Amino acid sequence: MPNLSFTAPTTVDEAVRMLAGSAGLAKPLSGGTDLLVQLRSGRMRPEAIVDIKRIPGLIGIREEASEYVIGAATPGVMLSAHEGLEHAWPGIVEGADLIGSQQIQGRASLAGNLCNASPAADSVPAMIAAHATCVIAGPTGRRTAPVEAIVTGPGRTSLAKGEFIIEFHVPKPKPHQCDAYLRFIPRTEMDIAVVGCAVNVTLDAQGVCSDARVVLGAVAPTQIVCDEAAKALIGHRLDEPTLAALDAAAGRACNPITDKRGTIEYRIKVAGVLARRAAQIAFERAGAR
Amino acid sequence: MAKTHVSTVINGEPVEFLCEPQQTLLDVLRDELNLTGSKEGCSSGDCGACTVICDGNITCSCLMLGAEAEGRSITTVEGIAQGDHLHPVQQKFLEHAALQCGFCTPGFIVAAKALLDENKNPTEEETRYWLAGNLCRCTGYDKIIRAVLDAAAVMRAEAAE
Repeated sequence: MPNLSFTAPTTVDEAVRMLAGSAGLAKPLSGGTDLLVQLRSGRMRPEAIVDIKRIPGLIGIREEASEYVIGAATPGVMLSAHEGLEHAWPGIVEGADLIGSQQIQGRASLAGNLCNASPAADSVPAMIAAHATCVIAGPTGRRTAPVEAIVTGPGRTSLAKGEFIIEFHVPKPKPHQCDAYLRFIPRTEMDIAVVGCAVNVTLDAQGVCSDARVVLGAVAPTQIVCDEAAKALIGHRLDEPTLAALDAAAGRACNPITDKRGTIEYRIKVAGVLARRAAQIAFERAGAR
Repeated sequence: MAKTHVSTVINGEPVEFLCEPQQTLLDVLRDELNLTGSKEGCSSGDCGACTVICDGNITCSCLMLGAEAEGRSITTVEGIAQGDHLHPVQQKFLEHAALQCGFCTPGFIVAAKALLDENKNPTEEETRYWLAGNLCRCTGYDKIIRAVLDAAAVMRAEAAE
């Protein structure tokens, strides 16, 4: 790293200028729990590191009339401590809370987890399931994109040079709407998802599913929005035929790899099981509202 | 390479240092400030031997740049005892022999102290989850957990006095 620079701007425009103006690779720094590991290992060789945490609003959660606005660099501990968000979208908080240790939770952020672009990122499926969007600042101004439009493959995003996420907008749940996120790992803590699954359901007054979104992680190069699995839920109560249809649809949507965490066959099987379990939790929560 | 000038607070004392952009807080603590209590284990945030408290949250100092410490308040293992008076967590680590080689101990002490600052009466399960980011390869974890729970009991009794 012969010419690495570090800056900590206090405005979005300044940060964009620094990111866009660097001749080589420029990386925004939020929690650094992925970036610093990549820097140290030599896997990432940036010329500029731009710490975005000093920009007002980049850390914190704001409740507005119809949505929550979450600063891009907000660490996991702040998400877990926010009662309003946890009540509204427990699945989002569960997903973020599963990332790493307490030490990692003090720093790791939603934007970092998303832009690191791991297929196994635990906070991403529930954000997608909740129809969360992100506001992206860049050299041509600001734009909004759904969270699922960011990751294009392992380690790759759709963000252009000079662009970085400044905040997420998460719509508040409707009546009888709630979510759940489950991940499977071979132990209880400190591991990377073999499969992750978020389910977001809306029920009518009779407990019949009127809307659903099912998102799988770690079973394809990106998180996948599984429309077939959502269709299996919509119009139904959570009886065994519905669960079986959900299970089968989730399995069919998978396009996984075999690695040390699990084989293709295993991941497909677990995706179906997790979809069933997450749906059960989401239905219970939505029904209790 | 331009060095960054950083003003911060470490263990309650104002501290200023110069660091290079890629230097981690751990590098700065150990190599610039001679605070060698925080240990470098994995350098990737997995082992917790470098745990410090930054503005109230525990963090791996190997995953934080020195330059990020500007304006923060950092507590390292050197700041846990009050002079010669050991913190109950430190005292109980000794009494329970919750260490062998000692390499992981500073990280465990800092993380456990932060737990007890936040939760006066943690369950064994809460304690084990909280300390999941601290690895020990000598003693096994049982003595460590006993020491932390015992320290919590001592602190509650002291608070009740």
